[in-house]
Amino acid sequence: MISVERLVKRFGAFKALDDVSLTVPEGKLMALLGPSGSGKTTLLRCLAGLDHADSGDIRLDGVDAAALRAKDRRVGFVFQHYALFRHMTVADNVGFGLKVRKGKDRPPAHEIAERVGRLLELVQLAGLAGRYPSQLSGGQRQRVALARALAVEPRLLLLDEPFGALDAQVRKDLRRWLRRLHDDMGLTSVFVTHDQEEALELADEVVVMNKGRIEQIGSPAEIYDHPASPFVFQFLGNANRLDCLVRQGVGAFGGWSFAARGVPDGPGVAFVRPHDVEVGPADGAAMAATLRHAIVLGPTVRLELSLPDQTPFEAELGREAFSRLDVSPGHAVGLTPRRVAAFPTQG
Amino acid sequence: MARRIATGDPTPVRWLLITVALGFLAVFLVLPLVAVLAEAFAKGVGAWWVALSGEDSRAAIRLTLIVAAIAVPLNVAFGLCASWAVAKYDFPGKSLLVSLIDLPFSVSPVISGLVWVLLFGAQGLLGPWLQAHDLKVVFAIPGIVLATVFVTFPFVARELIPLMEEQGRDEEEAAIVLGAGGLRTFWSVTLPNVKWGLLYGVLLCNARAMGEFGAVSVVSGHIRGLTNTMPLHVEILYNEYDFVGAFAVASLLALLAVVTLAAKTGLEWWHRDEIAASRRH
Repeated sequence: MISVERLVKRFGAFKALDDVSLTVPEGKLMALLGPSGSGKTTLLRCLAGLDHADSGDIRLDGVDAAALRAKDRRVGFVFQHYALFRHMTVADNVGFGLKVRKGKDRPPAHEIAERVGRLLELVQLAGLAGRYPSQLSGGQRQRVALARALAVEPRLLLLDEPFGALDAQVRKDLRRWLRRLHDDMGLTSVFVTHDQEEALELADEVVVMNKGRIEQIGSPAEIYDHPASPFVFQFLGNANRLDCLVRQGVGAFGGWSFAARGVPDGPGVAFVRPHDVEVGPADGAAMAATLRHAIVLGPTVRLELSLPDQTPFEAELGREAFSRLDVSPGHAVGLTPRRVAAFPTQG
Repeated sequence: MARRIATGDPTPVRWLLITVALGFLAVFLVLPLVAVLAEAFAKGVGAWWVALSGEDSRAAIRLTLIVAAIAVPLNVAFGLCASWAVAKYDFPGKSLLVSLIDLPFSVSPVISGLVWVLLFGAQGLLGPWLQAHDLKVVFAIPGIVLATVFVTFPFVARELIPLMEEQGRDEEEAAIVLGAGGLRTFWSVTLPNVKWGLLYGVLLCNARAMGEFGAVSVVSGHIRGLTNTMPLHVEILYNEYDFVGAFAVASLLALLAVVTLAAKTGLEWWHRDEIAASRRH
């Protein structure tokens, strides 16, 4: 088990990590999700021992990591741009972590070769052992980097934006493959991403970070269904933001009211996702709106609407529902939000 | 007729440009080289060999080799340290260091020699102390080495800094996380990645170390058989109207330049795949 407690890291006046605590459970795949500058990569580098926190503790299986140098942590790290040794073949890259061991920890040459062979098979690159990194595609380099990190049998595998530099199709395939590999090998892994879809699809636990702080930790479903803050809600997908007024657990926006349990009286913000709103005829619905544009996106239609006070509002519905509705730009429609998330206004 | 392309100039213009370039090369590079060789062998190979095997010539060649053998390794070490520091760390005064490395290029060689005289000469800052301890720096080998090191120290660093900066520190970090120590990382990751740049740097540094005239001339004292390097020896012989002798030694220096160029081109050609691979990556 890996635990991080009250980690603080400053770069000059900038606080990259601001009192961060979390636990990576054994055998789980954890995502650090956040925009750039949120501190997620710094946290990953602190875990690897490549950066050092100003204060706070990291414990690797109960051992204080501060006592271990990067080279003794037995942590696998996959760099965003792979950082393969350019002058070494694929096989030499993968075997590097074993070859640099000293004394009796260093396996004999034939055993290293055998393990390298097994790893290359595992990452489906058995035929490319003699190639140089520059002769490989992005996806192949990624897998070499992974094999190299796994060669040292790490207690923790860290991946920095593992799919960031790949094109969309390769990224999807690799994602599924990595998930399977993680489960098959019983790894404990942490990866950094700014792509919420990637985090929600791949991870057992998602840590949402913002400005060096943890906003929320939870399973993908928890995070998505019960976001703890306006930031999390907005970061996990498109959302319409409505400034509202809350009184005794009921929020009001225009003439429409909704449940806002647990939100103190006063100004608040309400979020509605585009697909969580029903669009119907203008009469009798909760909110009146005017259709500005309708954009067909494959099986769905995105409606760009404006509310009576000119606030823009976005809704998404199926092609069929849209043709049943039978409206064109300039027409009035009625909106009925199915789910609303309300938060007190901050600051 | 050649295929017409948008940037193609009319044929006469093209020929004019090529002629000018080649003519310039012939007049300023090939002609002097041929002249040096022609003069050196003007009285036959025998006279050339006698001129080279004279005691003073041999002493000059030996001294040049010694100076290069000290200055080049020193500047390799300095170049590696400086480029490593500049490329892999952030520290205050970094840009100052980078500009200072260029100083020997921008300062007159006379100054490069004179600073050592001012420091270590009899009237210099440390002169009396050196004299009291019977140590000779100026007008002796240490002075020549110092002047040569000063003049040649940018070569290796200038080759390596852009290379290392471009490569960043990712690979070193990867090696460290995989369990390699600092020395191991340097030997098996950093050094192989910069070896071609390092080699060019060494070749250029060596060529300059052997060929330096100005700075060395100031500190040498021109003592025959003792503090004369090859370039200085050429001048002395020439001033004594010993043209065969002067050009014989000069032909060796010219040969050095040709060999350096050939070695550089040969290495580039021989390892072109590897060089292309490490740039593309």
